[in-house]
Amino acid sequence: MALEINGKRYETDPEGYLTDLNAWTPDLARAMANNEGITLTDEHWEVIRFLREYYREYGIAPSVRMLVRTIGERLGQDKAKSYYLYQLFPEGPAKQACKYAGLPKPTGCV
Amino acid sequence: MLVNRKAPHGTIYALEALEVALVAGVFDQDVSVVFTDDGVYQLTRNQDTQVIGTKNFSRSYRALEDYGIRKLYVEQESLQARGLATSDLVVLVQVVDAKRLGELMDQQDVVLSF
Amino acid sequence: MAMLHTINKSPFERNALDACLRIATPGGSVLLIEDGVYAAIRGTTVADKVSTSMKRLSFYALGPDLHARGYSEAQLIDGVQVVDYSGFVDLVVNHESVQAWL
Repeated sequence: MALEINGKRYETDPEGYLTDLNAWTPDLARAMANNEGITLTDEHWEVIRFLREYYREYGIAPSVRMLVRTIGERLGQDKAKSYYLYQLFPEGPAKQACKYAGLPKPTGCV
Repeated sequence: MLVNRKAPHGTIYALEALEVALVAGVFDQDVSVVFTDDGVYQLTRNQDTQVIGTKNFSRSYRALEDYGIRKLYVEQESLQARGLATSDLVVLVQVVDAKRLGELMDQQDVVLSF
Repeated sequence: MAMLHTINKSPFERNALDACLRIATPGGSVLLIEDGVYAAIRGTTVADKVSTSMKRLSFYALGPDLHARGYSEAQLIDGVQVVDYSGFVDLVVNHESVQAWL
């Protein structure tokens, strides 16, 4: 499977997750989101950036609990709720945000 | 309790056990992870799998804490037999002797073996 | 709480038997299956280890696996009990938990 964006081809798995983390570009994230009717805001980017940093460090996606805690620390405790993340990423923060971040589908994905 | 007895890259056991631990952590289970026999090699520092083309999941053990998993046990006899010390490992662990490990195992509701 | 330990590897190829005997607490049971049944045979270099451990652990061997490898009950170390598949199930049911020494 593959995605074509601005004439560039990106290999993905059958569920649309990028197969090569390093092939990721912000344009790709925007295009993936647009395809699903989402316009990425600063709040979305904060989550996507954190997911990519965490993956580089640990080789896996963070747990939702970890994601909620970190977002709270960076963006304020009023945003430290999984509800907030689900507003940004209605299909689930792990599943959808990881896809836009160019990560593989997370283990124990919720 | 998950019991790891295999070295990390020769078979798929270690990676599978890690994934099971992460899933159990996501579902708020009270997880203990044991490293004994060659399982202690899963935690050694400076693993580099780039050339063999497999995932270097050794750094993922440091994420276990984020998944709510804090009970990591390494068997002393296995560590010593391989010339290793806790300073050679990527995570903080509790070192227990074989006798204590047996007792911990007895207390578990479920033991998953890898 | 008594635990059942299963061993399915030959004691001459892997350390599963040694690891089990090192860590298992007294009162538990050891069931030898597949290539693990070679540890139940009399006259081998591991037989002493098994005999000595009988003071604290009960030993069983799976009959079909023994017979498949050409051994009979008469060739077993004294004290090793032979079970069939339903005996295997009974052992699992009658112990608190199971550790498989793979």
